[in-house]
Amino acid sequence: MPADGGIGASTKRREDVRFLTGNGNYTDDINANGQAYVYFLRSEMAHAKINSIDTSDAEKMDGVIRIFTGEDFVEVGGVPCGWEVTDRFGNAMQEPRHPILAHGKARHVGDPICAVVAETLEQARDAAEAIELDLEELPAVIDMKSALAEDSPKVHDELESNLCYDWGFVEENRDAVDEAIKNAHHVTTLELRNNRLIANPMEPRVAIGMFDRTTDEHTLYTTSQNPHVIRLLMGAFVLGIPEHKLRVISPDVGGGFGTKIFHYAEEAFCTFAAKAVNRPVKWTCSRSEAFVSDAHGRDHVTKIELAMDEDGNFLAVRTDTHANMGAYLSTFAPSVPTWLHGTLMAGNYKTPLIYVNVKAVFTNTVPVDAYRGAGRPEASFQLERVIDKAAYEIGKDPIELRRQNFITEFPYATPVAVEYDTGDYNATMDKMIEIADLAGFEKRAAESADNGKLRGLGVNCYIEACGIAPSNLVGQLGARAGLYESATVRVNATGSISVMTGSHSHGQGHETAFPQVIAEMIGIDPSQVDIVHGDTSKVPMGMGTYGSRSLAVGGSAMVRATEKIINKAKKIAAHLMEASEGDIELKDGQFTVAGTDKSVAWGDVTLAAYVPHNYPLEDLEPGLEETAFYDPANFTYPSGAYACEVEVDPETGKVTIERFSAADDFGNIVNPMIVDGQVHGGIGQGIGQALLEQAVYDEDGQLISGSYMDYAMPRADDVPFYTVDHSCQTPCTHNPLGVKGCGEAGAIGSPPAVVNAVVDALRRAGQDITHIDMPLTPSRVWQAMQS
Amino acid sequence: MTQVTMTVNGKAVSGEAEGRTLLSQFLRDGLGLTGTHVGCDTSQCGACSVHVNGKLVKSCTMFAVEADGAEVSTVEGEADEDGTLSTIQQAFQEHHGLQCGFCTPGMVMATKSLLAENPKPTEADIRAYLSGNICRCTGYHNIVKAIMAASGQDVSAIAAE
Repeated sequence: MPADGGIGASTKRREDVRFLTGNGNYTDDINANGQAYVYFLRSEMAHAKINSIDTSDAEKMDGVIRIFTGEDFVEVGGVPCGWEVTDRFGNAMQEPRHPILAHGKARHVGDPICAVVAETLEQARDAAEAIELDLEELPAVIDMKSALAEDSPKVHDELESNLCYDWGFVEENRDAVDEAIKNAHHVTTLELRNNRLIANPMEPRVAIGMFDRTTDEHTLYTTSQNPHVIRLLMGAFVLGIPEHKLRVISPDVGGGFGTKIFHYAEEAFCTFAAKAVNRPVKWTCSRSEAFVSDAHGRDHVTKIELAMDEDGNFLAVRTDTHANMGAYLSTFAPSVPTWLHGTLMAGNYKTPLIYVNVKAVFTNTVPVDAYRGAGRPEASFQLERVIDKAAYEIGKDPIELRRQNFITEFPYATPVAVEYDTGDYNATMDKMIEIADLAGFEKRAAESADNGKLRGLGVNCYIEACGIAPSNLVGQLGARAGLYESATVRVNATGSISVMTGSHSHGQGHETAFPQVIAEMIGIDPSQVDIVHGDTSKVPMGMGTYGSRSLAVGGSAMVRATEKIINKAKKIAAHLMEASEGDIELKDGQFTVAGTDKSVAWGDVTLAAYVPHNYPLEDLEPGLEETAFYDPANFTYPSGAYACEVEVDPETGKVTIERFSAADDFGNIVNPMIVDGQVHGGIGQGIGQALLEQAVYDEDGQLISGSYMDYAMPRADDVPFYTVDHSCQTPCTHNPLGVKGCGEAGAIGSPPAVVNAVVDALRRAGQDITHIDMPLTPSRVWQAMQS
Repeated sequence: MTQVTMTVNGKAVSGEAEGRTLLSQFLRDGLGLTGTHVGCDTSQCGACSVHVNGKLVKSCTMFAVEADGAEVSTVEGEADEDGTLSTIQQAFQEHHGLQCGFCTPGMVMATKSLLAENPKPTEADIRAYLSGNICRCTGYHNIVKAIMAASGQDVSAIAAE
């Protein structure tokens, strides 16, 4: 580990001091002079015709400034979708309008119908209670398969059906896969549900809209992972505000996990209303509101078939998935069950034939979109579960069955359109076996048995595609945006550096890790480098943070910009030392002339750039500031092997996680401490999905799990210490840092490990159980044991 | 509106509150002490934890008027006047016990209370005590480790990297 705080150092986070002392600057901590407050009156019915809205009494109440309804937004664009999927017949997906406030119909519990702007939040809320809403309840569309029945009510009357798209991938392989499965020696089939989750970053969403009449400029403060994307989507598609008149700021953001990627109606409302009432307008989401308005995640129902020959070699995989879109298409929703899911169905294995069918379905539920891992956890879960079941059915060791089918040569082009650049799946498997002490499992199982508990071991592998994404590729796949990243490196006269990045930090520690990279390149102390992010007026352009892309894409842009800086600085240094540019070397913040003892310091060169008294002005501009845009050539492919040991109480069905071990290959690593933390957090969320969490709708479309009293968030006593390791490193070949990304791995790799372990525990107890759907609550496990 | 007076972090303060104003709201909006965070509306998440008359309290479970005359401590009062972090705060930074920082003020206040009651808590003690404070970022690993370290226990054997 370098002592200088460069690449590879577990540098302590500089952002911690403000967070630990209560000095963070989150959006709700900001109050504008003269601000008004908005309260959204939301539908309490899942599906309803809006017959009439009478706001006359409410408008007379104290403090009310104005009440808005869907009528006010008829001339305004709807909330846009950023990805268009083409179905397997070559047709575009069905794409309904998503109004800012419901118009004509309300389509899910939580759909905003009216917005009351008042002097105080309490006054807005009181007035909302006085609004007379005449809603006519319609039958709710909740179950995905029923939604596709001919006689189902429609979520959107103007669409042909509730089917958003029927996607096949790779469509040309369809017949060959069918044939391979028909003729295979053994086919293992598994039907499962990837449970619907709610991301639940601890900071609820907040938006503050402002408008300056003298300049015609809008400002939006919002809790976003990607303020530039909000500026683009809201400015261009909803409100028609050009970029130079719209500033979007996301200051400290309290977690995102995907659900703060998307452009939400409330952001557009506050921006629109600030101009309409000529006051800043602030909205702070309550947690109860978040449950019915933040995009949910997962919610796939899948049948997967794995065909093998007599030796257990994988021949083909076929999947049939229904994916819930909810009532409207959230920003990236169509891409999650398709391109972020189908392309990962090879996993770590050399299965030659794969066909993925996905039917995306509209229902009267909150929109569903990306949540930590987004499509990749769904792919990994079904694959690793069916492999575990296959091993059981054919009597092979699950680790050996995986090893036998591992991809071992790279680069490897999968049959599902992606090319893995590097990886070593046996190395991470070996490392996992070591750190999990699998050799000691039987002894621990015997101890558990002595205590009346059933111990089980689950192992699995994962691969993910992150570092999202090559723009030309995703453009072909339906993305309506580029997915590059930008960075501006501004070197100040005395040598300190400000880096403007389009990546956004909402817990990932960018303010600490990114300076490590730049400091290493130049050879200066990281304290000389500061990161500026989260403000469209300060950063040239950016696509934000999701898909484990910040270091792989945003970091690469910083490297490119810093390379430009170093090239120019060398020219200045050459002039100062009257040497040839080609002979200049930079090390430890000193420019030297090869083969001589001449040197100038970094600060001498940066000063010369801004005080150009002795400077090659005829050849070089003064100043030292460079911008780079980086568009990746490929995705990155982190991979790993995980092991989970559980104890099941046979009396109650309660599962406790006794040990959890993760061996990941993230390529090169900048700050190991931060990487550990990312993996810990992902595992915590994955255990939550596997054991505790589920968003539950009843048949009328009421969200039963609408608060922390009903939606079981993992708490400190639900999880153990984790053993994590990332010493297996096969660097990415196509980005300058050789990094792969670590943000989502834990959430992708952990759910199958937990479920495999519980199923293993029950089998060891003599139960013929092959699957239990998540979350594995005590009642589900207990019931499975009784059947 | 009622005039409410209390001592917050050692200073006498007063402000106006409606009968329905929660202590959490009063601290944030009335006094500008935005370190106390609001993460839910059902008193489940613990982000708004403060001390009232020396006891750990979720400040969304009290009305501001109920705290009239009380001694209240918030996260803003934890570091020294010169900015030196407290032992607990230092341990959280040293062991990466926070990521997005939103639950952190509540975690710090809960830890202070835990260590006052139980100066050498076991891992199980810590996990049980924190069950009223939700963190979505860390998987709790480094929070538990930081608290053990803050209580002077050797954490070098706890699995990390």
